[in-house]
Amino acid sequence: MFSYILRRVVQSVVVLLIVGLVAFAMFRFMGDPIDNMLGVERTAEDIERLRGVLGLDQPFVVQYFKFIGNAVQGNFGVSYEQGRPVNEILAERAPATLELALVSGLLAISFGIILGVYTAIRREGWGSHIIMTVSLVGVSLPTFLIGILLIYVFSVELDWLPSFGRGQTTDIGGWTTGFLTASGLKALILPAITLGLYQMTLIMRLVRSEMLEVLRQDYISFARARGLSERVINFRHALKNTLVPVITVTGLQLGSIIAFAIITETVFQWPGLGLLFINAIQFVDIPVMAAYLMLISVMFVAINLAVDLLYVAVDPRLRGEASI
Amino acid sequence: MSRLYRAWARMWARTWDSDLAYAFRHSPIAMLATLVVTLLILGAVFAPLVAPHDPFNPATLNLMNGFTAPGTPNAFTGDSFVLGTDNQGRDMLSTILYGMRVSLFVGVAAVSLGMVIGITLGLIAGYRGGWTDTVIMRIADVQLTFPSILVAMLIFGIAKGITPVEYRDQVAIWVLILAIGLSDWVQFARVVRGATLVQKNKEYVQAAQLIGRSGTAIMLRHILPNVLSPVLVIATISLALAIIAEATLSFLGVGAPPTQPSLGTLIRVGQGFLFSGEWWILFFPACTLLALALSVNLLGDWLRDALNPRLK
Repeated sequence: MFSYILRRVVQSVVVLLIVGLVAFAMFRFMGDPIDNMLGVERTAEDIERLRGVLGLDQPFVVQYFKFIGNAVQGNFGVSYEQGRPVNEILAERAPATLELALVSGLLAISFGIILGVYTAIRREGWGSHIIMTVSLVGVSLPTFLIGILLIYVFSVELDWLPSFGRGQTTDIGGWTTGFLTASGLKALILPAITLGLYQMTLIMRLVRSEMLEVLRQDYISFARARGLSERVINFRHALKNTLVPVITVTGLQLGSIIAFAIITETVFQWPGLGLLFINAIQFVDIPVMAAYLMLISVMFVAINLAVDLLYVAVDPRLRGEASI
Repeated sequence: MSRLYRAWARMWARTWDSDLAYAFRHSPIAMLATLVVTLLILGAVFAPLVAPHDPFNPATLNLMNGFTAPGTPNAFTGDSFVLGTDNQGRDMLSTILYGMRVSLFVGVAAVSLGMVIGITLGLIAGYRGGWTDTVIMRIADVQLTFPSILVAMLIFGIAKGITPVEYRDQVAIWVLILAIGLSDWVQFARVVRGATLVQKNKEYVQAAQLIGRSGTAIMLRHILPNVLSPVLVIATISLALAIIAEATLSFLGVGAPPTQPSLGTLIRVGQGFLFSGEWWILFFPACTLLALALSVNLLGDWLRDALNPRLK
């Protein structure tokens, strides 16, 4: 058990070091940092001096570990485009993305499980058929088209909800939140649905198929024979046993919510990390790209690690195997 | 002549009687999807012949024709366009046909690239085993941790940073192919590796080894033909995903250059006119993308069910 956890942690650190290497290589080899920092009027001494100051005359490995050291402390240099420290920009943008991801994640999980259980229990009902058909269309639609469709219906035709931005936000100790104002909440609805819909469909389909699998098992028939109520059978006995694979997939989906936020944020001009990243690619703003890459990798690796550990915690059978 | 004809007839009869063709003839969805895909591909390939206008020839464009609604004649020039025109007076039908050309080319090329890389690495990993296998599959696992669209964006960003500014538009399409291709090889590698592991221990492989054939020859001539049917399924589904990935990247402005607009670029442009009422600039490219992606997807699903021996 302990050796398994240790192995997974070491693996995660290795992955992060590799990602760090990619980010560092971007810094070091995409354009000359000296070129970016010195103007046209420069002497050979200036270049030499700056090379010494930046540590570019040191061996590659030393430079790499210095970069990692800086990154761990949250120091990613200065944005080429905005001329401000990258960590400052990231801190400013992060709340928008995290709030959006949180709301759409909750939407996806709660509706995914509810609809999944419903379609599994009332398998032949017309409600289930409608939900399954709609979900099939939902999976085939690209995220950005869903966003545009929602904007068209709710902003252009009905004029109920705003089509871009975060609305009015409140600043609480450096964290800007849109949860506290009516316009902030209204602005959140469409982006959250757009981002959560695809994950919701996935979770729903997974819960449904797992649930159907479990309901076929002998212990469910036995529970029924014991005269337990349908509610207890469905929720206490069946749902509980479907949750193991659901946790894994849901956990991994949380990662892709943050990645797909890039698309949603662009459609709705939501001022978060994803929009920042897309702009950084367009302007080849390497420090921002590298920082975003490192940040998102940490999130992904942490989520993966947490899911793996949770998996062991939830399923006792894995504990035995892993300790061998 | 007649011998050639008989050979063709025999081959046709064999194809017609095969299990796959039987399944195809009994699936209306597969036939419809094939029809739609074939029509769209033909339209894209023969776009210069089929399209009523050349959207990239400034001499044939008339700015007065801008924002003409579909089917109704323009108020100033009296010209009529089936699907209307965009803000610059370009015929939407022609623009869509040319855009589909870019989308399909990028999709097919990217899937081919991913397929070649994935099959090669999968064969090597499965056949050689040992640390080669471990290294390749570790890399695959790490890449699988990140969503492929993110990997593609990153590759696109890096490639854009490396290319000098004046060449960026020219190489953008190739960079896009590289980015999407490199982001989806993992699926192929995993499936081929798994199938190779099964085939490796069969007698025909041992026989080939005994008569002294080289590892490369065994992998390519003996094992590869036997692992191709799952690859076909994944390639079809990957094509739908690649087309959507390309559209997404172009929509975000990190894909096809303005000089070679794909369906995604057209949707990006069309979104700007959503509020001013020119719905057709957005609607028709979006529908084309949907029809293309959905039919390829349905075809892939059907192929998976038809080729899956477990379901028979």
